[in-house]
Amino acid sequence: MVRYISERLVYMLITLLLIATMTFFLMKLLPGTPLSAADKLSEEQQAIVLEKYGLNDPLPVQYFNYIAGLFQGDLGLSFQFDNREVTTILLERMGPSMTLGAQSLILGTIIGMLLGLIAAIYHNGVVDYGSTLIAVIGKSIPSFVFAGILQFYLGVQWGLFPVALWEGWEYTVLPTIALAIFPIAIAARYMRTEMLEVLGSDFITTARAKGVNRFGVVFKHGLRNAMIPLVTIIGPLAVSLMTGTLVIENIFSVPGIGEQFVKSINTNDYPIIMGTTLFFSFLFILIILIIDLLYGLIDPRIRLTEGD
Amino acid sequence: MKKSNWLLLVLALVLSMFLAACSGGGDEEGADEGSGNEGSESEQQEGEQGASGEQVLNLAESAEIPTMDSSMATDTIAFQWLGSTKDGLYRLDEEAQAEPGIAKDHEVSEDGTTYTFNLREDATWSNGDPVTANDFVYAWQRAVDPDQGSEYGPYMMSGVIQNAEAIAAGEMDVSELGVTAVDDYTLEVQLEQATPYFESLTAFGTFLPLNQEFVEEQGDSYAQEADTLLSNGPFKFESWDHGEGWTVVKNEDYWDAENVQLEQINVNVVKDIATGVNLYNSGEIDRTALSSEFVDEYRSSEEFQIKDEPTLFYIKMNQEDEVLSNVNARKAIQHAIDKQSMTDVILNNGSKPSTGHMPEGFVTHPETGEGFREMNGDLITSDLEKAKEHWSTAKEELGMEEVELEYLGGDTETAQKIDAYIKDQLEQLEGLTVNVTSVPFEVRLERDTNMNYQLQNSGWGPDYIDPNTFLNMWLTDGGNNHTGYSSEEYDSLINEANTDLAQEPEARWENFLEAEKLLMDDAVLAPLYQRSVAQLQKPYVNGVYVNPMGADYTYKYAYIEKE
Repeated sequence: MVRYISERLVYMLITLLLIATMTFFLMKLLPGTPLSAADKLSEEQQAIVLEKYGLNDPLPVQYFNYIAGLFQGDLGLSFQFDNREVTTILLERMGPSMTLGAQSLILGTIIGMLLGLIAAIYHNGVVDYGSTLIAVIGKSIPSFVFAGILQFYLGVQWGLFPVALWEGWEYTVLPTIALAIFPIAIAARYMRTEMLEVLGSDFITTARAKGVNRFGVVFKHGLRNAMIPLVTIIGPLAVSLMTGTLVIENIFSVPGIGEQFVKSINTNDYPIIMGTTLFFSFLFILIILIIDLLYGLIDPRIRLTEGD
Repeated sequence: MKKSNWLLLVLALVLSMFLAACSGGGDEEGADEGSGNEGSESEQQEGEQGASGEQVLNLAESAEIPTMDSSMATDTIAFQWLGSTKDGLYRLDEEAQAEPGIAKDHEVSEDGTTYTFNLREDATWSNGDPVTANDFVYAWQRAVDPDQGSEYGPYMMSGVIQNAEAIAAGEMDVSELGVTAVDDYTLEVQLEQATPYFESLTAFGTFLPLNQEFVEEQGDSYAQEADTLLSNGPFKFESWDHGEGWTVVKNEDYWDAENVQLEQINVNVVKDIATGVNLYNSGEIDRTALSSEFVDEYRSSEEFQIKDEPTLFYIKMNQEDEVLSNVNARKAIQHAIDKQSMTDVILNNGSKPSTGHMPEGFVTHPETGEGFREMNGDLITSDLEKAKEHWSTAKEELGMEEVELEYLGGDTETAQKIDAYIKDQLEQLEGLTVNVTSVPFEVRLERDTNMNYQLQNSGWGPDYIDPNTFLNMWLTDGGNNHTGYSSEEYDSLINEANTDLAQEPEARWENFLEAEKLLMDDAVLAPLYQRSVAQLQKPYVNGVYVNPMGADYTYKYAYIEKE
């Protein structure tokens, strides 16, 4: 197990390095400069300012400087937020995004799983159709539509929760619900399909025949087997939720990373582009590792053994 | 075993929560601090201007402050909050005229190139240090120092302050900059040439003073956080939660504190207009911008306002292009667009058709006070018949029947609507096909610099209050010309205005009037519109001044008047 994990960690580093390299060169293909007043400066003046940031060096030199810095844990300084450390900005911005992401993931998968379960148990009944309908709506209507509706009714009209901004836990409620819609839909659909399949298996019939009650069968035998595909999709879902979403963050004025990432690309803020890409990639690879380990916990048949 | 496995599973599932909780903690603390301030402020009743109720203004900005370092600032939000927390030599008053800031008054030498500013002796920084002449010398030198990497320093000072250009290019030492502290409270500035608008320039963010000792002590962290910057203006920073917002409070040590009535300004970053409107309606913020879809809903409201800006939008035409080298073709484009419908229907935010290259309500005649736009009149009006005449002449001269032109536009929603409309309007000219290419700003800039375009939607806002800021860019070697326009007559009008006539305001004014007429007659650009912003503002907010450049608003004299 230890060996397996350390091997995976080495691969992780190589992957990150590859991503860093690709992002670096692709990013340099973006038109324009990181200067914010480029339309006002002459080309000579621009060159002088760029010189200060080492941006007149040949690309390979810039690349090696960056990678060298990376190994010393230095992600560089931002351009748009004049000389602020990328690390500081990332830490500041990741907090809100991850809080929302984690909350909506947990809320979404729990509700989704319950919906899917109930739908499977009461297969083809009113409850089933109802939960399927919710899942279809949740999957097909974009979250910003929900966000707008939630904000207007729960926030402005009924005053139950803050309309927007980021000043405490109650401010996370509406964006969390808005973000949770998608995981609810996904989890419910997967859960229902898998559960139906599992519930139709022979071992379930055996268990039922042995006299285990209906809920015992569902929770003890069914749920566990139905979880495997769900865990597979939860990984990428978790990353996409926790790395922030431009639209939800803008609608609820959340100071998250999603918006910042898009803005850094638009303003050619190279160090932030690199920093966020690497951080997102790291998160993604890490979650894939966790998922792989989780499989073993859920289903002993895919458990890794020493020497695998 | 089974049970512990399940426990592990649950633990792993909420692993993400650990991360979230760790980094989330700091934010919540910050938020608590912020909300603790509300309500507990002393309610000062200053009566004189009808201020009543809690003197707290709640605002929203569309983005966070990129930097609070005045040498590095380039955008309106930075200039806004620099302007609210710092005083330069002069400030802009309600009429956008210079009013005393740190400078009490000044003398100008006969040739107009030496300014001697007498500084007030009662101005202090928020750490108690006095504001001295050296603070200006240091700040201005720092702004043009190539090692500082400032963009606005070289842009604003080159050609104005003596030697600024050479220093910024690394050809001279910063100590050669034409600014000296004669004593602690006397500042002498040497200009390259007489600059009639220099006084208003000193109110601009790049010219704000810096406390050398403090800045050097803070080093790289200077102006990065609320506690690593200093204020010498009406307000000072209390907290700054970068992506979230910031709070400034009245600076009790400000030299003119008795005229500042607001106790606190809370600012939140709100990027979405609909969110802003919702926050406004639920009473969280006192002012919000409106996009065109909201304008109809709120137009009749008493809280509805149109804020005029001196920013112009126009079509640039590349004269190196075969078709556009023909002046009649360019004139046809100038007149073909129905600008009134464009501003009324598409923009729908109070923007006005523009008929020249000087915004309305921007500059006035030095003696009579008459507006530039009023004096020169509507130079380019929408006139399809005239456009068609010019167009057929152009086609004859060029020997072409079918003409295809590429039009470079922006990639925002509004820009795309405008561009589609312009294409439609221009294609009323027989035989003309316009292909719109929507590109991000950076791409347009690059193609502009390389003159790799035919038609281009472009905009310009002023950097100082003088006609020169709109007109000098069309000089043959103007840094932002990029149209291939080169006219000896035009060049000499502008150059004369800035040299021989620099000390003769009326004659200089005449030159600018002439130059604008020439610019339009030579059809260098096709004016489109002058931008306005539609917004809602609570009726209890009073005394907020709108500025044509630098900081958008002056809050120094603002007050709240609540029942």
